Amino acid sequence: MKRSLIVIGAAATLIAAFVAGAYFYTARQNAEVTTAAQSVDSPFKRVGTPSMGNPDAKVEITEFFDPACEACRAFYPHVKRLLGEHSGKVRLTLRYAAFHEGSDYVVKLLEAARLQGQEIYLKTLEATLSAQPMWAEHGRPQPQKVWDALASTGLDIERARRDMERPEIAARLQQDTADIVALKVRQTPTFFINGKPLRNFGQDGLSFQLREEIAASYP
Amino acid sequence: MSTADEMEPISRPFRWNLLFAAWLMASVATLGALFFSEVMQRTPCVLCWYQRIFMFPLVFVLGAGLLPFDPRSVRYALPLAVTGWGFALYHCLLYMGFIPKSLQPCTQGLSCADVKLELFSFVTIPLLSLLAFTLIIALLWAVRKGIKQ
Repeated sequence: MKRSLIVIGAAATLIAAFVAGAYFYTARQNAEVTTAAQSVDSPFKRVGTPSMGNPDAKVEITEFFDPACEACRAFYPHVKRLLGEHSGKVRLTLRYAAFHEGSDYVVKLLEAARLQGQEIYLKTLEATLSAQPMWAEHGRPQPQKVWDALASTGLDIERARRDMERPEIAARLQQDTADIVALKVRQTPTFFINGKPLRNFGQDGLSFQLREEIAASYP
Repeated sequence: MSTADEMEPISRPFRWNLLFAAWLMASVATLGALFFSEVMQRTPCVLCWYQRIFMFPLVFVLGAGLLPFDPRSVRYALPLAVTGWGFALYHCLLYMGFIPKSLQPCTQGLSCADVKLELFSFVTIPLLSLLAFTLIIALLWAVRKGIKQ
């Protein structure tokens, strides 16, 4: 046999094995996540998680979210627009995945802000995201600086500083951490739509799969 | 190409086979490493990266030496393989605890001493890497010996 054929054939076989392995591995992982999602103790049935949109909507986007993550910041307006576009049919549930150094502090702050009402929470969240470059610099995060950005949000800062350390907030965040492990979330943002992982990551992938789920839930 | 081969001494096609086996080993190791990081999404630690730096180019250096057969590619591949072998050995010793913790290069984030894959309780990723580099060196050495004959 010609040597060039042997080399090309071997390369093609190896690459095919890699692709097939990747396909089966991903399929198995997704199956495990789906099993976890459908179990009695489903990570998608937690109470008291931050949520936006119609609470009775049949389609739920679950976003594992890190306030220090640039991609989460970039996705936020898009997700918000999708909620508006499909108003009434979709709700968004945020789960915290504080993967960046220092972002656990900001997550506690956000949860403390939520105790002051949904409107204050949304304003705090948006102010936190727009000030992200100030406090979430890579390698040198200064989460304390986030407070400077919150003056105009109407947040009672003194109260939030006290509430941050409340044990129920710590318990909620522990639940998020446990669900991150159960659902094998390794990057932010990670989206699930009605408990199904996103097939294609990206803004278009999210919009497309969301429309699919809406069509299935609202025939 | 095949007519040129027929005129060569008999050991030449066999040496091509050895070089091909070395290339195959490097390709399997490269794709395996990519599988761990890209599919299984395990972030490589610093020492893993150094081993990758010396393994990945072998696919291309040896690949270029195969078509057409160029025994001198061994000369360029050996320094890469030997250096990578050194990193793999260091990583293995670190894993097994022969090197004290104070010498560990990665203390923040990912630890190179974390066990991430264990088959039959002793096969780990650094051990696989050490085996791959050892085999590649042995094969390249055999090709080299053939040249000198």
